[in-house]
Amino acid sequence: MEYWLPVIWFGVIGFGALMYVLLDGFVLGLGILAPFAEDEHQLDHMMNTAAPIWDGNETWLVLGGAGLLAAFPKAYALILSALYLPVLLMLVALVFRGVAFEFRFKAERSKPLWGGAFALGSLCAAFWQGVILGAIVEGMPLQEGKYVGGMVDFYSPFSMLTGAAVVFGYALLGASWLILKTEGELQKTARTLARPLVLVVVVFIGLVSAWLPFLDSRIMARWFDTGNFWWLSPVPLLVLVVAFALWRAAMAHGRDARPFLLTMSLFVLGFAGLVLGMWPFIVPPSLTLWQAASPPSSQGFVLVGLVVLLPVILGYTWWSYRVFAGKVASDSGYH
Amino acid sequence: MDALLLSRIQFGFVISFHILFPAFTIGLASWLAFIEWRWLRTKDDLWRDLYFFWLKIFAVSFGMGVVSGIVMSFQFGTNWAVLSEKAGNILGPLLSYEVLTAFFLEASFLGVMLFGWKKVSDKLHFFATLMVAIGTMISTFWIISANSWMQTPQGYSLDAQGVFYPESWWAIVFNPSFPYRLAHMVLAAFITTCFVIGGVSAWYLRRGVHVEAGKRMLKHAVAFAAIAVPLQIFVGDLHGLNVREYQPTKLAAMEAHWRSEPPGHGVPLILFAVPNEREERNDYEVAIPKLGSLILTHTLDGDIQPLTAVPRDERPPVAPVFYAFRIMVGLGMAMLLLTLASLWAWRRKTLFTSRWILDGWRVLAPSGFIALLAGWYVVEIGRQPYVVYGLLRTADAVSPNIVAAAVLSSLIIYAAAYAFVFGAGIWYLGKLLHKGPVKQPPKDTEGGEKTPARPLSLPDESIDGGAA
Repeated sequence: MEYWLPVIWFGVIGFGALMYVLLDGFVLGLGILAPFAEDEHQLDHMMNTAAPIWDGNETWLVLGGAGLLAAFPKAYALILSALYLPVLLMLVALVFRGVAFEFRFKAERSKPLWGGAFALGSLCAAFWQGVILGAIVEGMPLQEGKYVGGMVDFYSPFSMLTGAAVVFGYALLGASWLILKTEGELQKTARTLARPLVLVVVVFIGLVSAWLPFLDSRIMARWFDTGNFWWLSPVPLLVLVVAFALWRAAMAHGRDARPFLLTMSLFVLGFAGLVLGMWPFIVPPSLTLWQAASPPSSQGFVLVGLVVLLPVILGYTWWSYRVFAGKVASDSGYH
Repeated sequence: MDALLLSRIQFGFVISFHILFPAFTIGLASWLAFIEWRWLRTKDDLWRDLYFFWLKIFAVSFGMGVVSGIVMSFQFGTNWAVLSEKAGNILGPLLSYEVLTAFFLEASFLGVMLFGWKKVSDKLHFFATLMVAIGTMISTFWIISANSWMQTPQGYSLDAQGVFYPESWWAIVFNPSFPYRLAHMVLAAFITTCFVIGGVSAWYLRRGVHVEAGKRMLKHAVAFAAIAVPLQIFVGDLHGLNVREYQPTKLAAMEAHWRSEPPGHGVPLILFAVPNEREERNDYEVAIPKLGSLILTHTLDGDIQPLTAVPRDERPPVAPVFYAFRIMVGLGMAMLLLTLASLWAWRRKTLFTSRWILDGWRVLAPSGFIALLAGWYVVEIGRQPYVVYGLLRTADAVSPNIVAAAVLSSLIIYAAAYAFVFGAGIWYLGKLLHKGPVKQPPKDTEGGEKTPARPLSLPDESIDGGAA
């Protein structure tokens, strides 16, 4: 158990983070694409596709935070205090994005203001999430388990690259979500945006992947050193295959769910690559998951609840998506 | 100012803002469940109109609670890294259970509650409302448990580095102060909402608008307050006895009780004083002899542990705890008086016409929020200088790597963002309340799920337009 519990929890946190990236990713993507809405009415339409579910999607982030504190308190303390400023800016951006959903539909004269808050909040939240991801992957200088870096160490060319990559990745998720959930003009706009976004995202995936082995944290480098390279070699190939299918699906009428599913696959591939690359570190390059883990009495206690509750949560989440399944009409109203 | 003090100010600021919204929505969710149940039973359209009216208020408040809550779930890591490292083994699982049992439940069913009126059956919609209400309760359970454990820790062991390890989860969750504090907080949330409902109703009645709705809501508010306010005073008294047993220094600060009284003398109840920490006494004290003993020990000559029983560096700041406690109790007494007066007016059939009663409700409409914040200040300032009572000092819990300049920037950013966002939110809430309940169109049963949901309330949706 001493060995396996932290491994299971590494998987759980990874799953939670992936769920967050996929689910809130497309909602943040809607915000990033908001400037492409032709008018307030079209922005209403975009936001209405996510209005009933955004809150649940964002909850995966809270689960990630609380789960990290429960299972890897050292990593929680280290990552959040070391990345103080990017975390702050991400949270404030999420505040604006979140309230925009409620306020925009209640406002009239100030409607454009909250549309702007939605767009800018989403863009900044996505960017800072990418920066946080990049900074973790790059690694943190630790001495005897304590962070010894500065408060702006998160800033680096690599973290700026991952920040931009996440923005475009979420935009692609948002565009393919719109293809799934809308019809008419808005769907056409989404299709037109999807293709260039696929290209940009593939380029970003390529750049980030090529950079990884050269980072100080030597993420991935291990894979190349030990000959495990062949295990990973299908991943880039799969990325290209999925991207090509996505390029075609973006314009294929009648199969509106396909672009969204393919974009999600693209994210799963990229995410799996990164998480496998981090192994066995939770804070590269020196804190392993076993060093950061809480005792089995803590990890086991929550795991029992997780095993029972996660299927229930996934069940009613699925049900709430079912309730709002199908195309969202452009005049569908808020509560 | 150093990073520690700034971090404390920041935490106090973001948590104070946050707690207002959950406290309000805990009560509102149950109120909505009650209203929808009444509508299902009676099919009286006024209930349905009231449901949609309070639903909009709920949506805005809940949204603000969610976004300010996400900030909270990361504060422990950004500013209180040592607390997270040392107590994460215990606090982390409690917060995780809150997310797993409450947050997902609330979030998923909230979507159906807000947008599913025409997509699901009436009963299923009521079920969604009920799930949201239950979710708010479960959430309160876990967060109060975590906070109570920090007040009265048990069921743990400590290693040489001062890291807490769970030994008995039962003992941790049901720690000695937990039952009292859970009951006190749930009642506080209900009473807060109750006085908003009553205050808004009184405002309508005074303005002569929404008279039917106002009468109905005011009656329910008075009836509820008649049960909840006395009950809260009773629970508060039990809670006080619990504090006397487990956190005597906090109690001494609440009462500004500096020295032991001579035997048989009894502790006075101090009505007003200016606590003088340097000289360890009170200035300008106005007190009633023996009443303190009667309230705190339920005897006429019982003594409580004085502040001077512990060294200065073990004492909380006395004045804020002393004053906050008096504000909370004073408001509680005002609520009790108004409730009794309202019952009397109800009997004399002047409840809806008495200017005094209606204005009393209008004035006390925000009293729950103020009392709630004051109560939390008693709790949180009163436990200083510890964050885990008696075991981990607040000064030792702050993140070691953060610098004052960064915390000052974050404090300014939070303050500016919250002022803007929550200022706007409270403005919109005010507009919605001003506008009041609106007649809802009957539920369109034709077409079923394929029909795009018509805007339920499009005409009354915009509230900063002119026509309100």
